[in-house]
Amino acid sequence: MSSIVTRLTGNALIVAALMVVWWFIALATGPEAFARADGFVRSWFGDLVMFLSVWAVWYHLIFGVRHLIWDSGRMLDVEASERFAMGGVIASVLLTIFVVIVL
Amino acid sequence: MRYMTDRKRASGLGSAKSGTMHHWHMIVSSVALVGLVPLFIFTFGRALGMGYDEALVYYARPFPAVVAILTILVGFYHFKGGVQVLIEDYVHGFARKALIIGMTCLSYAAAATGVFALARIAL
Repeated sequence: MSSIVTRLTGNALIVAALMVVWWFIALATGPEAFARADGFVRSWFGDLVMFLSVWAVWYHLIFGVRHLIWDSGRMLDVEASERFAMGGVIASVLLTIFVVIVL
Repeated sequence: MRYMTDRKRASGLGSAKSGTMHHWHMIVSSVALVGLVPLFIFTFGRALGMGYDEALVYYARPFPAVVAILTILVGFYHFKGGVQVLIEDYVHGFARKALIIGMTCLSYAAAATGVFALARIAL
């Protein structure tokens, strides 16, 4: 379950990534282009995508680290992996809330 | 053919062709992104919400710009590798090849666009 969500979050991040690139190229182009891209990224739709993507990127990062731990031959028992998953889900939510509050 | 040894016949047919290198590249880029992504979230998050002039000045500074360039380069490289595995798992035949090529092109195009934008902002 947590493994397939890692795949899902990672690939879904392409949407936010392309929005970020659009924002940068618009900033490099000029004020009108920037207003268009910035307006989209900060619209209710853009905000929703960015909010979900902040959670997705934290989730993907935390559970990617779990893959790195597994690859090193550690934490291979189911119980420890599931304990990590529980903590990871909570941590990803807390980090997302932290980002929303700070930024 | 029948004069070949069993080992020789099996050579190159296993799973370990370029897969090991692919996996290693995913590991290297993921470790880099563990550091880069939080830095990018907190620099880009600060710039998002700035006006045009303010954002331009902010991304002309070396630290936010270099963090953004590295995150875009390594991030899209990591995406290219990840989405390839996704496609290989669920899509077959010609569509598989077409999608992998398409996504590879998209990844490099987006990365180049991002880096060009940041270079233009900085210079």
